[in-house]
Amino acid sequence: MINLLLLPIILPFFFAIILLFFKEKIQIQRALTLIGLVISFIASVVLMSVVKDNGVQSLTLGSWPAPFGITMVSDMVSVLLVTTSIVITFFIVMYSFISIGKERERFYYYPSVLFLLTGVNGAFTTGDIFNMFVFFEVLLMASYVLIVLGGEKKQLRESIKYILVNVISSALFVATIALLYSVIGTVNMADISVKITEIGQPGIITVIAVLFLLVFGIKGALFPLYFWLPGSYAAPPMPVLALFGALLTKVGIYAITRTYTLFFIHDLSVTHELLYVLSILTILAGCIGALAYFDLKHIMIYNIVIAVGVILFGVALMNESGMTGAMFYLIHDMIIKGALFLLIGIIIAITGTSNLRQMGGLMKTHAPLGWMYLIAAFGLAGIPPLSGFTGKLLIVKGAFEAGHVWGSIIILASSLIVLLSVIRIFIYAFWGEPVELKTTNRRAYRKMIIPATVLVVLSIVYGVGSEWFVPYMSDASKVLLNPSLYIDAVLKE
Amino acid sequence: MEFVMSIIIGILFMAAVYLILSRSLLRIILGTGLLSHGAHLLILTMGGLGGTSPPVLAEGVTDYADPLPQALILTAIVISFGVTAFILVLFYRTYAEHQTDNMNLMKGNDEHD
Amino acid sequence: MKTNDVILQTGTKVVFFIIFLFSIHIFFAGHFAPGGGFVGGLLTTAAIVLLLLAFDLKTVQKALPFNFMIVVAIGLLLALGTAAGSIIFNVPFFTHAFGDFYLPLFGESALHTAMIFDAGVYLVVVGSTITMIQTIGGDS
Repeated sequence: MINLLLLPIILPFFFAIILLFFKEKIQIQRALTLIGLVISFIASVVLMSVVKDNGVQSLTLGSWPAPFGITMVSDMVSVLLVTTSIVITFFIVMYSFISIGKERERFYYYPSVLFLLTGVNGAFTTGDIFNMFVFFEVLLMASYVLIVLGGEKKQLRESIKYILVNVISSALFVATIALLYSVIGTVNMADISVKITEIGQPGIITVIAVLFLLVFGIKGALFPLYFWLPGSYAAPPMPVLALFGALLTKVGIYAITRTYTLFFIHDLSVTHELLYVLSILTILAGCIGALAYFDLKHIMIYNIVIAVGVILFGVALMNESGMTGAMFYLIHDMIIKGALFLLIGIIIAITGTSNLRQMGGLMKTHAPLGWMYLIAAFGLAGIPPLSGFTGKLLIVKGAFEAGHVWGSIIILASSLIVLLSVIRIFIYAFWGEPVELKTTNRRAYRKMIIPATVLVVLSIVYGVGSEWFVPYMSDASKVLLNPSLYIDAVLKE
Repeated sequence: MEFVMSIIIGILFMAAVYLILSRSLLRIILGTGLLSHGAHLLILTMGGLGGTSPPVLAEGVTDYADPLPQALILTAIVISFGVTAFILVLFYRTYAEHQTDNMNLMKGNDEHD
Repeated sequence: MKTNDVILQTGTKVVFFIIFLFSIHIFFAGHFAPGGGFVGGLLTTAAIVLLLLAFDLKTVQKALPFNFMIVVAIGLLLALGTAAGSIIFNVPFFTHAFGDFYLPLFGESALHTAMIFDAGVYLVVVGSTITMIQTIGGDS
């Protein structure tokens, strides 16, 4: 089964196409989406065990020899991300059944989600820089549809800005690939790495590295390129926001991680120092935003920005602990962001507002929701033994090893600010005098809280059982820190 | 030849930036179109414009053009075609909904909705 | 607004088929010469757009009673199916098969599975472009 590593990409794509035939039959759409996601999940778990046992898997499409055809590569990093993406999409889809509304379901909501997943998984798996652009476009097209779906006034207004920013960054991506091609003469990622090592990264390659940082920084919301994120992400309905928050920025982070560990590793004092400074600034900017707003959505959106900074900080360190920590934190952040956005969605659905000042006293009426939220919030801040702790511990350890004392202090301080920002939501929404609630459907509420609860439980398992995941994470960081593993797997002949 | 092409690409990018920074939605769409044209020409030029024959297998041809940029540019053109079509529809819907094509009037944040 | 465009309408009835046949020609020419599914699809779209200009949206919908999203879906299925056929034979994804066959009427012809893929591209291009045009033209 040499095509195994493609299945997590093809299966969602296949099911998305099938769904196009059932526009009006919502029940069939729902069932097929869940079935498709379960099958994709099984494929990705099998793939993970294969990667664990046999190392990096690669396949060149169309039976071309390796540097010429499009190569797909599945190493521990990509397979972990692929599996997590499928799991999160599964629960968000379950949540959407209740909250997204019939009108959107009929207008190709589920196919768009699956196309998005196709693009995300493809971008994680591809071993060809131009093919990465193509998968970026697939996921962006799907995200354009998802962000305008419903066509509310505010959505249309914000999606114009979102699309414009992404179109410009795509054009820059193409231009950057063109420049890279003119210097290196190949678009295969393993081959690029070999060629850059041969010519020893002259100045022009460093310039291209910075351009790549610019392109992926726009997608991944790096300081100062995150400006578009808060406005655009606040516009679409909650499940879409959860999907974007959990998956889309992570694709940008993955792309930066991949290019900065595989290509541009010969001039660390420029490229990685820049990444290091930018990630610190991202954390600071995110902290300011998270404290400044009284809007639930905005507080959480700025928490995405903080997480981007923390992960890229770990990547910029380029040592064993930092990289393992970054991988730990990346997966943690995908799970916990999914859970938190769903929980916040429930809060907004119950109170009918996203303004903190107009809420209060939910603890009296919705106690389980409160406890779930509290656990997720502690997990996000990284209170042991919950899931954020291990990743942050390793990142800080890596920072001390690399001698970046100030950076690690900022990371630790940012944890406190994250805690403050999410606990503020807890205090305002769950404590205090109960406000008048519109009568809500208890059954819908119960159905909505199930996927959120499962995600929270997953994050607890991920935190408490960190020990079990250590071999996987260290495999991932090993591949990232030793490009030769990746290159040998691709150019084996 | 590469020199002329670089100047053309520069002009395209310049015009694109000017158009994108303007207020009217229609001009912005035209700007994104020009921007992607510039990027596509850049790919073609950066591959080198050498080669006198098409990159097709044939007897006795050694001096053929680099096929890879052509494959890349075709993919990029198709993608930008799709995106432009989508943007057109979206901008039209926005125009119909907001009764204006002026980006200045589309500012706003949640507090003042 | 009802304008008198007899010349356009009569001309379109002829020109439509010329463009359409040319697009089919371009599509098959893509086998060994410039052309292919994308260009062919765009030409077909151009023919349909000409119909839309000469007549109105309703008439064209009556003449071509397809749901164009279904056309897109069929096209995607064809393209993916061709590529995924390689999974069954356990060769790398997208590996194509080809050969020379003797067909009645055509004689010796070269057949290639890339053709099916291209047919998928053709359908996707036609379907998505017409959907876009119908969406924009639909409200006025």
